Amino acid sequence: MEVLFSNVKELVALAESQSKPISEIMIEQEVLMTKRTREEIIAQMDANLTVMENAVEKGLEGVYSKSGLTGGDAVLLQNYMKTGKSLSGDLIMDAISKAVATNEVNAAMGTICATPTAGAAGIVPGTLFAVKNRLNPTREQMINYLFTSGAFGFVVANNASISGAAGGCQAETGSAGSMAAAAIVEMAGGTPQQSAEAFSIVMKNMLGLVCDPVAGLVEVPCVKRNAMGAAKAVVGADMALAGVVSTIPTDEVIEAMHKIGQSMPSALRETAKGGLAATPTGKALEAKIFGTAKVDSGSVTS
Amino acid sequence: MKFRSVFDIIGPVMIGPSSSHTAGAARIGRVARTLFGRQPEWAKIHLYGSFAETYKGHGTDVAIIGGLLDYDTFDERIKTAFEEADRLGLTYEFIPEEEEAEHPNTARLVIGDTDGVMELIGISIGGGTMEVTELNGFPLRLSGHFPALLIVHEDRAGVIASVSNSLASQGVNIAHMECGRKEKGEMALMVIEVDQFINEALIDELKTLKHVTQVSTLAN
Repeated sequence: MEVLFSNVKELVALAESQSKPISEIMIEQEVLMTKRTREEIIAQMDANLTVMENAVEKGLEGVYSKSGLTGGDAVLLQNYMKTGKSLSGDLIMDAISKAVATNEVNAAMGTICATPTAGAAGIVPGTLFAVKNRLNPTREQMINYLFTSGAFGFVVANNASISGAAGGCQAETGSAGSMAAAAIVEMAGGTPQQSAEAFSIVMKNMLGLVCDPVAGLVEVPCVKRNAMGAAKAVVGADMALAGVVSTIPTDEVIEAMHKIGQSMPSALRETAKGGLAATPTGKALEAKIFGTAKVDSGSVTS
Repeated sequence: MKFRSVFDIIGPVMIGPSSSHTAGAARIGRVARTLFGRQPEWAKIHLYGSFAETYKGHGTDVAIIGGLLDYDTFDERIKTAFEEADRLGLTYEFIPEEEEAEHPNTARLVIGDTDGVMELIGISIGGGTMEVTELNGFPLRLSGHFPALLIVHEDRAGVIASVSNSLASQGVNIAHMECGRKEKGEMALMVIEVDQFINEALIDELKTLKHVTQVSTLAN
């Protein structure tokens, strides 16, 4: 099978040697591998972008999950941002509120676009729609943001994992935050190498993050992890654009993430048996939602 | 390479809350439905690993039933799949298993009606992408990325050649092919992933070939 890149080093080298953005390399590879036309591929990504816009809009109106565990925080964050009193700044507040909006819609079984997963679906669109207000991109540039995110996600998915059950939350919100950082860099005019640096900087700060959803629901702590993933993406992009580089090359960071995931006990990989899911409050919530707690209480004092 | 398209990463468009436990599960159910060729009357669904522990919270159960009813990952009816199943005469049972499967998100679907029974093992490998790893006891690897032909046949010399001749005569290129059998001379299975859309005429031709007993397709 023909493939243009199978790791980040090859992806960056290709983009730089041909003076093309990473998004363009991703589109070319998609044409090559799926035999679909460029127009079809771009139209599908455009449609996915529309799904993301609709999810954010819905979330910002205020949605609540069936379990009652999550909902309404996106509205709180937007309202606070609009007071102008935020300490972390409007762009970060906008990004995290829109990330939360998407994940609140997801938790309520609404329609979202997985990026790369549903549990981490807030980060890529949340950052995109916040950065959009600063950089005023064209529709095409917004679509390219998704292709650049996808290019890095493609490498992670094939060389490590994007599944919480296989690699913990580092594989989900970790991957999403790192992908978004790389895409922000491209939209802001940075180089392909700077995209890779931004990816590495964020991923290095996600390593080890476990997947421990309370009651097995994609709500607590997933929604807030999307908020922090979005914030890290913006900061990581700024660091790379400032010229900060990662000491450890991107592909080695991805390999480290993979190995950490493999050595994580299954209790911390989306089984709702460890971490926050196994706290007294986590167990009590599970019992309240499903009637009986399935969580093994052996290691927990309640 | 497990993930081949950018839309495995930026996608699928889906009903929440989990790409692996909801969208991937729906796709496993839908592939089973397609391979069975009709809506089953009953389904016994065995869940392993993370699927077994968290299926209720993730809506894995409604998603698999939705898939068996031929719903795509973004179909709103996934949310009411149980009611739809009751209405359409599909009875179902979920059995969370203690034993550890090779992959943490594994489902074994046994589905059937008065005319037949099919057993399929599917794994959800992340981001909504899934693979079929076993069909009616035959180990295989089927991603659903490409149009595929599944041909049940008797284990005889020349069957593979006659199938590939039929494909070649229609200009269909084979991307990936696996053959397996349970015992020498008994029932065997060919899984052929192809680059082109498979038309009805080709399926009809394959069905007439000597020693071929069943032909099913999986469209892209």
